Amino acid sequence: MKVKVISRSTDEFTRERSNDLQRVFHNFDPNLRTQEKAVEYVRALNAAKLEKVFARPFIGAMDGHIDAVTCMAKNPNNLKGLFSGSADGDIRLWDLANRRTVCHFPGHQGAVKGVTVSTDGRILVSCGSDSSVKLWSIPTDTVMDTEDSSSDTPKPLADYVRTNPNFRAVDHQWDGDLFATAGAQVDIWDHNRSQPVNSFEWGVDTVISVRFNPGEPNILATSASDRSIVVYDLRMSSPARKLIMQTRTNSIAWNPREPMNFTAANEDCNCYSYDARKLTEAKCVHKDHVSAVMDIDYSPTGREFVTGSYDRTVRIFEYNAGHSREIYHTKRMQRVFCVKFSGDATYVISGSDDTNLRLWKANASEQLGVLLPRERKQHDYREAVKNRYKHLPEVKRIVRHRHLPKPIYKASALRRTMQEAEKRKEDRRRAHSAPGSMPKESVRKRRIIKEIE
Amino acid sequence: MAVEQENGDPGKIRPAVEEDISEEMEIKVKKYLRGEGANLEVLQDKKLKGKLAAREKLYGKSAVAAAKAEKWLMPTEGGYLEPEGIEKTWRIKQESIAREVDISSTRNQYDIILPELGPYSLDYTSSGRYMALGGRKGHLAIIDVKSMGVTREMQVRETVRDIVFLHNELFFAAAQKKYTYIYSREGIELHCLKEHGPVLKLQFLKNHFLLASMNKFGQLRYQDVTTGEMIGCYRTGQGRCDVMRVNSFNGVVATGHSGGTVNMWKPTTGAPLVKMLCHQGPVTSLAFHPNGHLMATAGMDKKIKLWDLRKFEVLQQLPGHAKTMNFSQKGLLAASTGSFVQILGDLNGSNKYSRYMNHSMAKGYQIQEVVFRPYEDVLGIGHSMGWSSILVPGAGEPNFDSWVANPFETTKQRREKEIRSLLDKLPPESVMLDPSKIGTVRPTKKRNKPTKLEREAELEAAVAAAKSMPLKNKTKGKNKPSKKLKKKYEAVDRAKKPFLEKQMEEENPTKKKRKTESVADELPKALQRFTRKKPAT
Repeated sequence: MKVKVISRSTDEFTRERSNDLQRVFHNFDPNLRTQEKAVEYVRALNAAKLEKVFARPFIGAMDGHIDAVTCMAKNPNNLKGLFSGSADGDIRLWDLANRRTVCHFPGHQGAVKGVTVSTDGRILVSCGSDSSVKLWSIPTDTVMDTEDSSSDTPKPLADYVRTNPNFRAVDHQWDGDLFATAGAQVDIWDHNRSQPVNSFEWGVDTVISVRFNPGEPNILATSASDRSIVVYDLRMSSPARKLIMQTRTNSIAWNPREPMNFTAANEDCNCYSYDARKLTEAKCVHKDHVSAVMDIDYSPTGREFVTGSYDRTVRIFEYNAGHSREIYHTKRMQRVFCVKFSGDATYVISGSDDTNLRLWKANASEQLGVLLPRERKQHDYREAVKNRYKHLPEVKRIVRHRHLPKPIYKASALRRTMQEAEKRKEDRRRAHSAPGSMPKESVRKRRIIKEIE
Repeated sequence: MAVEQENGDPGKIRPAVEEDISEEMEIKVKKYLRGEGANLEVLQDKKLKGKLAAREKLYGKSAVAAAKAEKWLMPTEGGYLEPEGIEKTWRIKQESIAREVDISSTRNQYDIILPELGPYSLDYTSSGRYMALGGRKGHLAIIDVKSMGVTREMQVRETVRDIVFLHNELFFAAAQKKYTYIYSREGIELHCLKEHGPVLKLQFLKNHFLLASMNKFGQLRYQDVTTGEMIGCYRTGQGRCDVMRVNSFNGVVATGHSGGTVNMWKPTTGAPLVKMLCHQGPVTSLAFHPNGHLMATAGMDKKIKLWDLRKFEVLQQLPGHAKTMNFSQKGLLAASTGSFVQILGDLNGSNKYSRYMNHSMAKGYQIQEVVFRPYEDVLGIGHSMGWSSILVPGAGEPNFDSWVANPFETTKQRREKEIRSLLDKLPPESVMLDPSKIGTVRPTKKRNKPTKLEREAELEAAVAAAKSMPLKNKTKGKNKPSKKLKKKYEAVDRAKKPFLEKQMEEENPTKKKRKTESVADELPKALQRFTRKKPAT
C-alpha cells in the first residue's frame, strides 16, 4: 500500500520573522472561485460607480488676462510652459504647475490672434490684428523657476509689419526655421528675414487658420473663410489641393501619430477627420457640440483630441469615434476660443471669452501624482473589468452618464429633432422622385461640396 | 482524478518525453480556458473580428500561464492511496493508514466522545481552519482544527438542530429550539432571528452573504446577513423538510422532500427553478460536487443516485441508504448511514463512482453528519457519541489560494478579506442555474417550422383527444346512439380543422396576399400609401 495525505508544515506557509512579507500562494483553479463572472460584474459595476465618484476634472482657473483669450501655444521643449494671447494685445507665459503667470510680452497694439513656439523652444512668434508679426526670445528655465519676473519685460527680437492688415493665425514649422502666418494670404517666413520668403494665395477670402504637418515639415493645411481647406506643399510653388465644404472650418489639427490624417473643427458643430491624400470623403464625423467648434488640438498620443466650442463646453473625442467621450463645462466658462492638450496627454487647457484659462484633467477620474505599484494595478484592474462589462445596460448607463447644462441639453434635443425632421423630409422626397434620381449620400460625404486639385 | 494523473502508474517509469508533457499541459490549458472561444469565422465586422481575435489570443496566453503555474509552482502535492498486489483500497483501515503517514497527519485521526450531548452537526470554515460543532442537547463549540484548541465552548440549554459558519470564523449561526441565533466567536449572542421560526436546516451562501433556512413548516427563508433584510420567504408546500444543501457553484439551494422530489430555489422567485422527481419515497440527503454539475441524492428507496445537472439525467445509480452525504473538493463522495461511512470515488476518471474507502464507527454510534474538511484529506464525522475525524487520502485540494481561502490566515489578512468580500458581495438576483450566462447575449429564438411527421403526430393526438372525450348523457330522445356518433364526428372535425386550414395555406401560398400586393405593386412607391385599404371588419 502506498499512501500519502496532504500535510503542511506551518513554517513553510508562514513568514519566519515579523518583518518579512506574508507569503502568498496562488491556485488559479476555476472551481475554487465560484461565480467568478457574477463577481466580476459586481466589480465592474463598482468600478463604474467609483469612476463617477472620483470624476473631478476641473483643476483650476488661471486668471490674469483682461480680455478674451484668443490663442494659446504650448512650448514643445517645456511641459509646464504655456503661452496665451488675449484680445487686448497681451501675451503671457504661464507656469502650469503653479498656475501663475511667469512673464508678459507687451507690444501688440490690437488683439493677438496667434502665438506659436519654435520646436527648440527658444523663439516665440506672435501675430495680431495690428498687422505685425513679432518674434520673442523665450526666457530660459532658470528664469521661469525664480519668482515672478514681470519687472524685466522682454523686448521683441524682431517686429515685422505688413501692409495688408489683420493676421489671423500663425504656426511654426516642426524642426525648421520657417513659420507661416495666415491672413489675407498665407505667408511663409524665415526667422532671419524681414520679409516673407513665400506667399500663397488661392481665392480672395481670408485664411483663418494654419497648421504645419508634424510628420512632413514642408506640408501645411489652412482653412479659409470661403469654407475651404487647403493643403500646401512648400516644395511646390502653388498649393496642392483644396477642399470646399458647406460651412467654414475654424481650425485644423494634424494627428501626430498618423500624420496623414487631420481633423477639421467646423462651424456646423461637427468635426471632420480627413485623410489628406483622399479628400473626397471624411474618415469620421465627430458629432456632439451644439454650436460652432472653435478650436481643436490632438493629444500627443494621437488617440484622442480636444475641442472647444462656442456653446461654452470643451469635449474630448476618441480619434475614431463618432461621439465624444467627455464633456467639460462650468457655470463661469464662456465661449471657448482655444484649447490645448498638454504635452504629456494628462491635462487639457481651455481659454475662453471670460479672460480665464482653465486647466482640466484629460481623464476626469484619474488619480494624479505618483502611484504605488499596487495602486496602479488596482486602477488597471478596474479599467479592465469595466471595459469587459461596458456593454451591459447598468454599467453602460453609469459610464455614459454626464451632467449637461440645461441650454446644451435643450439645444441638443432641438438639433436632434431638426435632423430627424430633415431626414424624414429627404426620405419622402426620395420616395416621390424617380428611382435613382436622389441617391443616398453618406454623412461623411454630405458636407463636402467639391475637391480641387 | 488529478491524483491519478499526476502520479501515474507506479509500476512503470515514464520517460519525460516532450509530447507527454504537452498532452498533459493541453488538458490543463483547457481547464483554464473556461470553454470554447468565440467563433470568429462567421463575423462580418472586421473591426470587431480584430478586437475579438486579440482578446482570444490574450485568453489563450493567460490560460497557458496558469497551466504552467499549476505544473511548476504548486507547493503541495495531492494525497493518494494506492493498493499493491491484491490489496483493495476499501479494505485498508484507518489504523494501517496511520502507520504509514507522518505524525502531524495522524493528529487528524481522533474520536471525541461526549455521549450526553450528541448527536453533533458540524461545519468548517471555507479555509478548513475552524470547525463549528452543535450538539443536539445544546453544546456549541468552535475549534481551531490546526492547533486542536477550543476557541470557545458553551451550553445554550436548548435543542440545537444545525450550526453553520457565516463568512468567516468570527460569526456562526445556530438553529435552536424556537429561533435561530447568530453568535460571535466569543460566544456572545448577536442576533436572534425570530422571523425564521423553528429552523431545521441552515445554509450560508458565501458570495451573497445570505443565510438560507428551512423551518419546520417547510418555509424557505433567505436573509441578508450584512443588512438584516429578509430577501425572500417561500413556502415549499411539501411539508416538513430537513434536507437542504446549497450548490456553491451557482448559489442555488436544493431541498429534498418527503415526496421524493428535489426542488432548486433562487432567492428572488417564489416558484422553484427546478422540480425533479428523484426517488420513490422520501429524499434523505443530497450533496453537490464542487464543479456544480453533479448532484448526489439518496432516498428511502435504498438508492443513491448521481445526477448530471446540465441535462438533469441520472448518471449512475448505486444501491444503499445514506442519511448524510458530502462531496470533497476533489470529488470524493462520502455517504453514511447508521455507524458506517462509505467513501465513493471516481477513480479512473470515467465519471463512474465506485467504492474507495470504508469506515465503521463503533456499534451504536449514529452518524448525524459527515463533512469533508477543505484543503485537507480529512473527513469530519458528527455522531451521537461526539465527533470523529478520519483520514481520506486524495480528498482535499492540496493547494490553497491566499486570496480565496487561506488556512494560515493572520488577523490582518482576515480583516482585509472581509472588506474585500463585502465589496464583492453579489446581489441575490445573481443566483441562477448557469452563472456563466452573466454578461452574454441571449440568442435570438428561431421559430422552427414543425416537420411533416410532427404535424401529423399532432393531428393524430388532437383527433384521439377529441374521440376519447366522454359524452354527457342527455335527456331521452337526444341520447340516441346515432346522435352520439354524429356528435363524435363533429368533435373530430372540429379538432382537425385548424390543422387542415394551416395545411391548405401552405399548399397554396398566400393567394390573398398576392391579391392585395398586385394592386400596390403596380403603383410607384410614393403612391402606394394611397391604395385603398380594406375596411376593418
